[in-house]
Amino acid sequence: MTLDLARIRADFPALGQDMYGKHLTFLDSAASAQKPRPVLDALRSFYEFEYANVHRGVYWLSQRATERYEQSRAKVRAFLNAARDEEIVFVRGATEGINLVAQSWGRAFLQPGDEVVISAMEHHSNIVPWQMLRDERGIVLRIAPITDDGDLDLAATASLIGPRTKLVAIAHVANALGTILPVREVVAMARKVGAKVLVDGCQAVPHMAVDVRDLDVDFYVFSGHKLYGPTGIGILYARHEHLVAMPPWQGGGDMIRSVTFEKTEYADPPAKFEAGTPHIAGAVGLGAAIDYVQAIGFDAIVAHERDLMTYATERLGRINSLRIIGTSKTKSSVISFTLAGVHPHDIGTILDREGIAIRAGHHCAQPVMDRFEVAATARASFGIHNGRDDVDALVAGITKVLEIFA
Amino acid sequence: MSDLRDLYQEVILDHSKRPRNFHAIDGAELAKGHNPLCGDRVTVFVKVVDGVIADVGFQGDGCAISKASASLMTEAVKGKRADEARHLFTLFHDVCTRDDVEDPEGELEKLEVFSGVREYPVRVKCATLPWHTLVAALDHKPDTIKTE
Ligand SMILES: Cc1ncc(COP(=O)(O)O)c(C=O)c1O
Repeated sequence: MTLDLARIRADFPALGQDMYGKHLTFLDSAASAQKPRPVLDALRSFYEFEYANVHRGVYWLSQRATERYEQSRAKVRAFLNAARDEEIVFVRGATEGINLVAQSWGRAFLQPGDEVVISAMEHHSNIVPWQMLRDERGIVLRIAPITDDGDLDLAATASLIGPRTKLVAIAHVANALGTILPVREVVAMARKVGAKVLVDGCQAVPHMAVDVRDLDVDFYVFSGHKLYGPTGIGILYARHEHLVAMPPWQGGGDMIRSVTFEKTEYADPPAKFEAGTPHIAGAVGLGAAIDYVQAIGFDAIVAHERDLMTYATERLGRINSLRIIGTSKTKSSVISFTLAGVHPHDIGTILDREGIAIRAGHHCAQPVMDRFEVAATARASFGIHNGRDDVDALVAGITKVLEIFA
Repeated sequence: MSDLRDLYQEVILDHSKRPRNFHAIDGAELAKGHNPLCGDRVTVFVKVVDGVIADVGFQGDGCAISKASASLMTEAVKGKRADEARHLFTLFHDVCTRDDVEDPEGELEKLEVFSGVREYPVRVKCATLPWHTLVAALDHKPDTIKTE
């Protein structure tokens, strides 16, 4: 299975631009992916011809919009292989999904002293909501350590998960390191003690097929914008039984069955968790993004991105002063690195003038920076449109950085 | 690449690699600065005697621009009156952010090299952080200054 790189590139209008007179090399898909034309077209035609509020009107347009919105939910269900459409809640993004779980499920089912285990390589969005719950509810937050390679320390993790553990919340792929976490092993540990598992799939869904039933997780979240979809739309998958048991989070329209001033009856999931007018077009755009990725196929995507990672790791590894942060054997499309004597911010600025977009900073994972004793890293991350030529451009750019700082 | 050389001039590279006055000063006023965007951290130490900056130093870790800026700043303000240093900061800030400023008296001297930074808006804070921190030290405000 190979992927037609030229055709894919032609699908991304943003990639055709020049930056400072140089061809754009976009290596920051992990922060947010560029958008292919089918997604842009879907948004436009939805707004032009099918747009109205959902679940409200008796007229054709509203019914059409509702259908399109619900079709996208069905696409997400199939994409994650969830059991039913009702298990798919549209949210603003992974951040909102995790906050929803913390504030609805967490407040309802966690008691003081109960423990939530997260890994030491989480994005801030899978740290702070639990700290907030800790401060409010007196739960205990435990951090599963990572090895020098940036792998989850499984033995240490096993020893942290015990009878008090109620939830294990981990990334599927760590955004600052690229490590693919052993979700199955962690789920097995959690199941032994009856704990639930939340997986932050932001960096996984663009790069690998995800099956929430096969993984046997309770909650799975991701953001549409990293999957070539629009911003402002994301997904919380939760097992139906959880969504039924969980209290609503935000109140408003669409999430109720009936309202009187004395008593309100809530709607069934997923509507129960979708108060207010949702990002309808965002959901439609996300559906188009899923269609786009699935038409290419994960077999081809995985093979292509694996080749790129091998090639990039090898080429970058030949640069003497370059240190790759995160050297797990199971990595997805992220390479974090530092250059001796050059701050990542300077790397970012110089590469930018070469038309190369990378991320420089702490990647919303400051504990990871502390763990590896760096203030920041430079991070190149790949999407389906990247090729070996982009890696070559990056290496040439780094050579320029080293020349300037020689 | 010529435009990159406007930012990464020899003086800047030199001061970033071999920062001057790169040390703490016992008994001095100090303030800390932090740029959360890129993680630059700087602590500025300043000793004022009779309104004159008798000694100034800094410590910290950051990008080339912030390090060089701190280093050149210490050279520029040492021996100046505190109010002169504040004035210099105003001028410096303008030079880093606007292209319509003039420095007819040539007061900025070496600091002029930072004028290139105005082409790099996200880097302006790197250049100005040490100065904000110096002013905080002069104002006896040791709490961490943040650029955002
Ligand atoms: C692993 C991971 N989790 C969560 C997030 C947060 O996503 P969002 O900002 O779209 O809510 C990100 C995005 O940076 C991420 O990489």
